[in-house]
Order: sequence, then C-alpha cells, then structure tokens
Amino acid sequence: MITSRTWILAAILLLLAAVPPVAALLQQPFYLDLLRRVMIFAIAAISLNLILGYGGMVSFGHAAYLGIGAYAVGVLAHHGIDNGWLQWGLAIGASAVVAAAIGSISVRTSGIYFIMITLAFTQMLYYLGVSIEEYGGDDGMRLKIRSQFSGLIDLNDPTAFYYLVFGILVLFLYLTHRLVNSRFGMVLQAVRSNEARTRAIGFSPYPYRLATFIISGAMCGLAGALLANQTAFLTPEFMNWTRSGELMFMVILGGIASTAGPLLGAAALLLLEDALQGWSVLPKWVHEHWQLYLGVILVLVVLFARRGLAGLLPGRERND
Amino acid sequence: MNLVLVAEQTLNGLQLGVMLFLLAAGLTLVFGIMNLVNLAHGALYMVGAYLAAYFYEATGSFALGVVLGLAGTLVVGIAVELVALRTLYERDHLDQVLATFGLILFFNELIAILWGRAAIYSTIPAYLSGHVQITDNLRYPLYRLVIIGVGLAVAVLLWFVVSRTRLGMLIRAGASNRAMVAALGVDIRLLYTIVFGFGAALAGLAGLLAGPIFSVQPGMGELILIQVFVVIVIGGIGSIRGAFAGALIVGMVDTLGRAFLKPVLSAVISPTAGDAAGPALASMLIYLLMAVVLAFRPEGLFPSRGS
Amino acid sequence: MTEPLLETRGLRKTFGALVATDGVDFDVRPGETHAVIGPNGAGKTTFIKQLSGELRPDTGRVRFAGEDVTPLSVPRRSRKGLARSFQITSIYRDFTALDNVALAVQAHAGHSFRFWNSAREDSSLRRPARQVLENVGLEKRANILAANLSHGEQRQLEIAMALATQPRLLLLDEPVAGMGKDESLRMIAFLASLKGDKTIVLVEHDMDAVFTLADRISVLVYGRIIATGTPVEIRANQEVRAAYLGEDL
Repeated sequence: MITSRTWILAAILLLLAAVPPVAALLQQPFYLDLLRRVMIFAIAAISLNLILGYGGMVSFGHAAYLGIGAYAVGVLAHHGIDNGWLQWGLAIGASAVVAAAIGSISVRTSGIYFIMITLAFTQMLYYLGVSIEEYGGDDGMRLKIRSQFSGLIDLNDPTAFYYLVFGILVLFLYLTHRLVNSRFGMVLQAVRSNEARTRAIGFSPYPYRLATFIISGAMCGLAGALLANQTAFLTPEFMNWTRSGELMFMVILGGIASTAGPLLGAAALLLLEDALQGWSVLPKWVHEHWQLYLGVILVLVVLFARRGLAGLLPGRERND
Repeated sequence: MNLVLVAEQTLNGLQLGVMLFLLAAGLTLVFGIMNLVNLAHGALYMVGAYLAAYFYEATGSFALGVVLGLAGTLVVGIAVELVALRTLYERDHLDQVLATFGLILFFNELIAILWGRAAIYSTIPAYLSGHVQITDNLRYPLYRLVIIGVGLAVAVLLWFVVSRTRLGMLIRAGASNRAMVAALGVDIRLLYTIVFGFGAALAGLAGLLAGPIFSVQPGMGELILIQVFVVIVIGGIGSIRGAFAGALIVGMVDTLGRAFLKPVLSAVISPTAGDAAGPALASMLIYLLMAVVLAFRPEGLFPSRGS
Repeated sequence: MTEPLLETRGLRKTFGALVATDGVDFDVRPGETHAVIGPNGAGKTTFIKQLSGELRPDTGRVRFAGEDVTPLSVPRRSRKGLARSFQITSIYRDFTALDNVALAVQAHAGHSFRFWNSAREDSSLRRPARQVLENVGLEKRANILAANLSHGEQRQLEIAMALATQPRLLLLDEPVAGMGKDESLRMIAFLASLKGDKTIVLVEHDMDAVFTLADRISVLVYGRIIATGTPVEIRANQEVRAAYLGEDL
C-alpha cells in the first residue's frame, strides 16, 4: 500500500543515494563517511525495532550483536581469513546462535526482568571480550585488511562501500516491511498489543518472540560486520551497554513500529551527537561536555516527544 | 592455595556482598513499590563517593565527610525524584529506561565538569586504616571489616524497619498493592519520595564506603550497577530478603571465582586451560549463575508476593 | 445420558487462607447453554479462569470433550476448541475490527511461521473474518480501529473473536457488561441465535440475559455450587434466594 509515508521514505532514500556524487562535487568526503555510519547504525536500529517496536520486548542488550558481528570479522581476519563471505556469514550465524541462547532464557521473562537480563548478558559478553588478550582485550584490535569479496567489490573504495551499505539498508527495510505484515508479523504485533488476548485465541507467544529475537540478532550481526569494516577497528566498547542505550534511543527518536523510524532516529541521534561535538555555531563549552547536553535532550525527548519523528509525519493511522 | 587465602577471599566476597546489598536494597524497593526502573541508581552511588571525598578533604574530618556526603546524596536523590522521576511513575518501562539512561549521561558529565575525568584520590583516616589480626596467620584490613560491619548493621536496620515499623508496613503493602495503599488515604507521593530517598541514601553510603577501595571516577556507578541487576534478578524483584541473599551469593561467587577459578582449572585440567579460560570464565561466572537461577526459578529466589 | 462436553471434578483452588473454589463438580452438556451465577465474591472469575486455563487448580480435574485438559495452557485449550470472551474488554485496540477477527481466524488456520506474504491480503483469512463480522452485525465497522468502536461494539467484537476460532464451547464472561438496555437486548438476541448450535458457559449478573438464555443454571456461593437446575427450579430454590438476600430474581 503506497501512502504519503512511502513517498517520504522514498525521498529520503533518494537523498541518501545522491550523497556520494554530491559529496565529491563539494569536495566533502567527510559526509560520505558520516552518512555511511548513519546507515550502518540505521540497519542496527531496524533490527532492534523488530523486537522493541513491533515485538514490545525492551532489550537492553542489542549492542551485543554489533560486537559479535564485528568480532567475527576481526577474529577471522586476525587468523588470516579475509574472505568476506566467510566473515560476514559467521557474523550473521554467530549472532543468531547467541541470540538463540540468550533469547531462550530471557524471552520467557518480561518487563523489568527482561530488561535487566538482556543487559546482564550483554555485559557478560563485554567482559568476555575484554578478558581475551589475544584479540586485543580492552584496547581492541585493528582490522588491517577489510573484508574481501574476491574482486566483486572493494570495500576500500569509499563510494563502493557506501553503496553496498545503502543496498543492504534498502534490502532490510523491505524485508522488515514484508515480515511485519506477514502472518508471523501479525502475531508478533498481536502479542505486543494484548498478550492475554493472543493466548486466548490460541497463540503461544514464546516461539514467535524467540524467532523474532533470533532474526533481529542476526540482522544486527551483519551491522556489526559492516561497522568493523567502517571503522577498521573493533573494541569491546561496541558491546557496551551505553551502545545498547543509544540504539534504543535511535528507535524511540524515530518512532517505534514504523518502517522509516529507525532510519530517521539513527540519523537524528548521530547527527545530533556530531553537531553537539563540533558544530561551530555552538560554543566550546558545549563541545567539550556534549554528553551533558545530550543527556538532557534525551530526557526531554522521553518526557515530551514520545512518539518520535515518525509521529510528526502525516498519515499515521496504523502500522506501516 | 592455603586456608588463609581462602579465608581472606571469603571475607572479600562478604565485603563485596554487603556493598552490593546496600545498592540492591534501594533499587529493589524502588522497583517493587514504584515499579520504576532506575538506571541512574549508579549515579547516586557515584555522587556519594565524590561528595564524601570532597567533604573529607574540605573539613579534614572523615566523620563529617561521611555525614555530609550522605546528606548531599539524599538531597540530590530527592531533587532528581521531584524534578525528573515523578512523571515516569506512570510511564512504561521503556520510557523509564531511556529517561534514566539520559540522566546517567548527564550526571557522569556533570561530575567530569566539576572534578575532571581522571580518578580522584579518596583516602581513609588513620583510625580506620591498618590491619586486624584475626587469627595467627590471618590479617585483614580494618576498613574492609568496617564495611562488612556497616553493611550487616544496615541489613538488620532494614529488616527492623520493614517488619516492625509502620513505615515498613506501608512499604510492604505498597509492594503488593499500590492502588490499595493509595485508596487507604496514605499520601502515596510522599511515601514514594521517602522510599526513593532511602534508596538514594543507601546508594550514597555504598559509594562513600567504596571510594577508598575502588577508583572514584565518572562512570563508576555503571560498572557496579550491572552486578546489582544480577543480584536483584537472582534474589527476586521487590524483596529485601532476596536482595540480601542475592548480594551475598553474587559477592561470594564473583570474588572467589576471580581468585580461584584459574588456579583450580590449572590444577584440575591443565595450566594452559587455566590461563586461557580462567579469567574469561571468572568474569562471566555471575551471569552464568543468573542464567541457571532463571532457568529453574524465573521469579528469583525470594520473590516478594504480589510482584 | 450423553457425555458432557465440559466437566470439572472436585475443583479446588486456594489463595493462602482464602478458599476461592471449594470442591466444584460442574458439567455442561453438548449444545447446552449453562449459566453460572452467584453474588459478588463467590469465586466466579476464579472458576472461569480454571476452565480457560489461566489458573491451575490445586486439586481436581477439568475434562473437555472427554480429555483431561487440566495441565493444558490457555493457547492449547483454545486450539482444542475452548473459546473465551473477557469480562473487561480485551481486544487489539490498535488494529481494525477486521484485523482483530482475522487474527482469531489465523490462530486456527495452520501455522503462522510465514514471513513473506501479507496477512491482510490473504483471502483465506479475510473472507471468514468478514463473515463472522457480518454474523455479529459489525460488517459496516470492519475498517474502524477497535479503539474507536463504541463500548457495545467492542463487546460484540469480543464475541466475534471467540466465534472466529470455530470453537466447540464458548466461555462468555459477562458478555453484556457495561452495555445499555438496547445494546444488551441485541446481544442477548444474538446469543440466543447461537443456542443449540454452540455450547455456551455463561457467567452473568444480568438476570434478564440469564433467564432468557440459560437451559441450566448453576449457583456459585463462596466457591461452592449450592444448586444446579433449570431457571424455574433455581428461581424457586430457597437456598438460592437466601444467598442473594432478596435480590430481584
């Protein structure tokens, strides 16, 4: 169904697609890098939106999969395996397996328990990453060679990499759209909307929640692999719970349970962080302590602008 | 591996346990009674540590530092409750998580502005330093014993308040049926503020006790907060008894694990296994424990009724 | 005598010192409409929850269609054909009326691990859903968000969702609760049209509904059934009158 929101999303995607030539024209390669970063986090936010927005599961541990995906690439590279297919395949696979393990325990719980448990498991992985000296421990490790795709694409070419990320973003947007409107997606949303009613008509919520949890983890794992290639560096900080919090904010800022929301949210948060740190319009004391202002802004957003940016778009009658 | 070392580490575990309890008690009360997820609890711990260190240095008296530090944390806690948290009681957990997450960023940076990002120096006065000779072979730092003592004293005090006083009765009633307590004409907002203040004071106490042992720096609250979450999940939300049991268990498991897992693995399996898996496994131990507890008792070991 | 479709034997449930269900033997014949009435605090809700699976009894059995369903969860009992409507309206407020019913249809239309095709364009779900909406009289409101329906329409939607699962037995918890006079009469008439075709267990306070619809009535007081019989028998029963203390029977 094509709505006004679809046109707006299409417009945004068109703008994103135009960035490399425009950036080249204006000789501002920085924006290419920045927006590629935005898109990678948008992919992670889209995956979180599945469980948080549509599924109603407040997972505070989503950054774990960014870390797993990144380390899948890093660890294989460390041992001499630069094949991108293998690295990214492992990123997705390992994330799915870990999501299945963590999910099988956590998804049975809900509310405060679920939040704390997902948080705790992510920290566990964080400490695991810190304690393994071989892979850099606390300091992390560099990715000397980016993922190789046997000549198909060279990730060292910023523009090619940009369009690859863009392509994956569009693909995930489409896949998510199909998923949430499918039979499976209907049940997921029903569980979030009214769990008692869903059980009463004959659905057991657990398998659907767990499946979504796994799919979401796998998607985020791919985002992690992309992130490792983006920064050419990975540390356990990828899995820090503050990262999880940032992802959640991207989803909320954008507006939960909407297709375009995570993209808007990722853009909003990252651009906001960037602006607070470096925008010449703002005084220096803002730059130095930008986290203070970010914290205040985030609190205000939660208290007063709950529906997020997507809530500002026209045509909001029901789910996308 | 000798008995003295084991005894020492056991005491260390007990010490970590009571500190976790101080933090967990406040947090679990707030969860249980106000249904509020407060990630910024660690920030109050941090504030306690900083204020106590500051006042000790400013006044030269450790006791005064403690009192002012506690009072200061209480004030900050109540201010936060009045300004930011009141609106969150009615909101869902997601909003609470996000808002208190924003508060963490705010407080960490505020502390960094006031005192810088580097760890500050926090000392103990002469009369609390030194060691106590427990047995012929076992010497243990006096300060750590004091912490254990204070923690246990607070536990007894809390038990007394919750089970023997009117306030405690209201707290227990509020934990199992919020609406009913309000309907009975109790000023629920005042009760909430008192409970929150209580929790803040406990967090501040834990912070100022921890100052001399752990490093006092921005972000110190979050490091210990995750462990506090594990304590509460294991113990059961809303239950002080659960917080106590959970805290001691987590404190012991974590300390003893870090101290002995590597040597045990080295001895039982092989030195390389000990080296490779020891530290990693030790850092994951309490989370694995949490997973096991959840598998068998999803509501925790001592869930409060009505949660 | 035909085998009851639903029966309980020695059902007992306590909450601490409170005995909510005190050894209840209860049976429902196929095609029957069996009402459960009782003063407030009698334990009707607790009883219904043990029938639907939301609560497990401490002791006693629940048998449905000859099978012991006591250990079965709510979704599993629903899949066996036991449908429930809630006393406090429990629908999907952010979905349309049609979506609501379609979900109920979907729950009994094979597995839902299908990730690609749009469920809203699946005629095998939409057509039966529209039919059910038509049966309850809500077909004109199919595309309205459930939250925007009137209270009475929402109660109708509750029933529609229960019916859409093609149940063998309907467990209706105060279906006319909170409805105005006209709406109540319409609902009662509709439920009357289901009689004989569907087996119904009806918990109700509204005595008009009870005496119009019920083939048999069981009276629950302090967790025990003090009388079971036809409406005429129950009206005349002294114990029942005493229990209701002069309430208009």
